[in-house]
Amino acid sequence: MKLNFQVEGGNFAKAGVASSEVKKVLKKLGVPPMVIRRIVVALYEAEVNIVAHAQQGIISVDVRHDKVEIELRDKGPGIGDISQAMQEGFSTASEEVRAMGFGAGMGLPNIKKNADELNIESKVGEGTTVHITNYFAKP
Amino acid sequence: MTVKDVQKALELEVFGGKKGLDSEVTGGYVSDLLSDVMGNATEGLAWITLQTHLNVMAIASLKDLSTVILVNGNKPEEDMLEKANEENIPVLGTKLSTFEIAGKLYQLLNS
Ligand SMILES: Nc1ncnc2c1ncn2[C@@H]1O[C@H](COP(=O)(O)OP(=O)(O)OP(=O)(O)O)[C@@H](O)[C@H]1O
Ligand SMILES: [Mg+2]
Repeated sequence: MKLNFQVEGGNFAKAGVASSEVKKVLKKLGVPPMVIRRIVVALYEAEVNIVAHAQQGIISVDVRHDKVEIELRDKGPGIGDISQAMQEGFSTASEEVRAMGFGAGMGLPNIKKNADELNIESKVGEGTTVHITNYFAKP
Repeated sequence: MTVKDVQKALELEVFGGKKGLDSEVTGGYVSDLLSDVMGNATEGLAWITLQTHLNVMAIASLKDLSTVILVNGNKPEEDMLEKANEENIPVLGTKLSTFEIAGKLYQLLNS
C-alpha cells in the first residue's frame, strides 16, 4: 500500500498530518504498537524538519507485508555537513521556531534511534532526501 | 490513577478533551522542547508544559500521552483545543509553576 503526502515549509499547523495518518493505517493493519511507535517518532521528526527547514516536500510511504519504507524528499537549503547535523544539540532553527519548542537539535538523533535503516542525502541549495525503513518483526 | 483523579486531586482546570478523562496516568514528563518529548516520553504519561499550540497535541496523540497540563495560568490556543477534543486527550491547566505542579503530581502518583 502506498501513501503520499505533500508538506509545506513553514506550515506548522499541518506538521504531523502524515505521521498521524500512517499511525492509523499501521494500527488497522495490526502492526505491533512498539513497532508503530518507533516508525511514528522517526517519521514525525523528518516531517517537521521539512516544515521547519525546507520550502516544500513530498513524503512517500510504502507499506509492505513485512516492513515500511518511507522517503521524504524536499526542496530546500540542504544540509552541508550531515554528521554535524546528526549531533544532539546542533540546530539552525530560527528564533521563531525555537519559541514553539522546536530546535533542540534532537530530531535527527531521534530518527537515528528509531529507524531500523536510515539514509540521508543532501545537496546544499537544492534539498534533502531522507530514507527510513522499519521492519514489523526483527529480521 | 485516571486523568480525572489527577485533575480533581490537583484542582486542575479542564479546557478540553473531556472524553479522555478516564485514561490511565502512568507517570509524568516535564519539558517544553517538543523533540525531547517525542524522543523520551512514553505511553500514558501526563505532559507538563508551557507550550500552548497545536503541535503539542500532535505529539501527545502520536506518543499516546494521557493528558497535557499547562502551567502558569496558560491557556490552549484555539486550534490546540479543537485537536484535544478531536483526539480525546484532556488539556488541563493550573496557575502553579512547573516546579510546583510537577512536585505535586510526583507526590500524588507515588503516594
Ligand atoms: N530537511 C532539512 N533541510 C535542511 N536542513 C535540515 C533538514 N533537516 C535537518 N536539517 C538541519 O539539521 C539540523 C538538525 O536537525 P534536527 O532535527 O536534529 O534538529 P532541529 O530540527 O534543529 O531541532 P528539533 O528537531 O530538536 O526540533 C537542523 O537545525 C538543520 O540545520
Ligand atoms: Mg528537527
